[in-house]
Amino acid sequence: MASIVNQKTSSLASILEQHGEEIRSEWMREMSVSTRRSDLIKDSEVQAQCSRFIQLLTQAVSVAGVNFQSGAYDAMRDMLNDISRSRAVQGFSPKETATFVFSMKRPFFTAIREELSKDAAAMAQELWNATELLDSLGLYTIDAYLKSREEVIRRQQEEMLELSTPVVKLWDGILALPLIGTLDSARTQVVMESLLESIVQTNSRVAIIDITGVPTVDTVVAQHLLKTVTAARLMGADCIISGVRPQIAQTIVHLGINLLDVTTKATMSDAFGLALQKSGYTFIRRQSNKSNKGTMTGDEE
Amino acid sequence: MEKIPILRMGEFLLVTIQVDMHDRLALALQDDLTSRISETGARGVLIDISSLDIVDSFIGRMLGNIAAMSRVLDAETVVVGMRPAVAITLVELGMSLPGVRTALNVDAGMELLRASVNGNKETLYGSRFD
Repeated sequence: MASIVNQKTSSLASILEQHGEEIRSEWMREMSVSTRRSDLIKDSEVQAQCSRFIQLLTQAVSVAGVNFQSGAYDAMRDMLNDISRSRAVQGFSPKETATFVFSMKRPFFTAIREELSKDAAAMAQELWNATELLDSLGLYTIDAYLKSREEVIRRQQEEMLELSTPVVKLWDGILALPLIGTLDSARTQVVMESLLESIVQTNSRVAIIDITGVPTVDTVVAQHLLKTVTAARLMGADCIISGVRPQIAQTIVHLGINLLDVTTKATMSDAFGLALQKSGYTFIRRQSNKSNKGTMTGDEE
Repeated sequence: MEKIPILRMGEFLLVTIQVDMHDRLALALQDDLTSRISETGARGVLIDISSLDIVDSFIGRMLGNIAAMSRVLDAETVVVGMRPAVAITLVELGMSLPGVRTALNVDAGMELLRASVNGNKETLYGSRFD
């Protein structure tokens, strides 16, 4: 009986070794029926991945049997990680990615059946082992796929955070901060810091926070805005909030948010006018008889 | 014991805080400043905190107190040069220092003080001639 037990651990490996080529071609056919996406990935690439997969699997099974947690499967895991990552980038769905592994079941099982057709008990045992192994490989693939997706999402969030906080100098001593997108605590922190730093650097007395691009204003967003305004005031700069849309004005009043201490304007241009006035500038339109073209001239008081 | 110097500039008092503020020092400053205001009859106080990079709620409250006390003694207080980190800290501590006037730098602060003192004089004269 001892020889049978030894046989058990190594028979999967020997089956893989003997029937490797056969399994691979069957596997390719299987995939072409179920989920081949020739629009996303080249045939030759899939073929190479299949060969490598079978090769690594054979090595791992001959060393560690079907114990997927073992260190012998490290190379296998690395390969599955790579495949998942590239598939996620290429635009495969998680199902299609996992099917890459699961579609190997049928050819693999066929090979096992052929090899062990005489010993029913051994065949059942090996089939069970193979199922378990391929299931854990497939699930690992899905795991890796999701992880790489999450990575993409996180990177995009970070990029958005960097993109969305430009501080613009409108005039000597007047800054504008056009906010776009939803404000959460993390973003407010970044926005607040970059605004305050710019106030110090440019020696600006007035800052305009434009919320035209902020889709909704709830109590949390309002609180963040108030914090920014208060911090700027502590440093000695005045803040004007502009771009308050009619719906947002209604929401603010319905929610009972107190914006009485803050200067608010409907549009950026109104706010800019007020800022110029506060800084002591007046603008006059030059009267000209020869042409009706109006030009702007700045005049400091 | 170290002391924070209080300089007199015309009708204003100038305080520049250049060391880390600890609580005893803050209380001493409060004492000194109020007595100097009443001695000199100053119309305005300018506190420069541009080299202060750590604040706590006590220092925040002290700034508010000094402003309130000066107002009782008929002097305007302007706090100038607060750093961004300090401003954020105070806001997060929930201290918006409502009674304190602020300016970006000493220059702007002096301008603000002069304007407010002149404004007061004008209203004073205005009410007299009415």
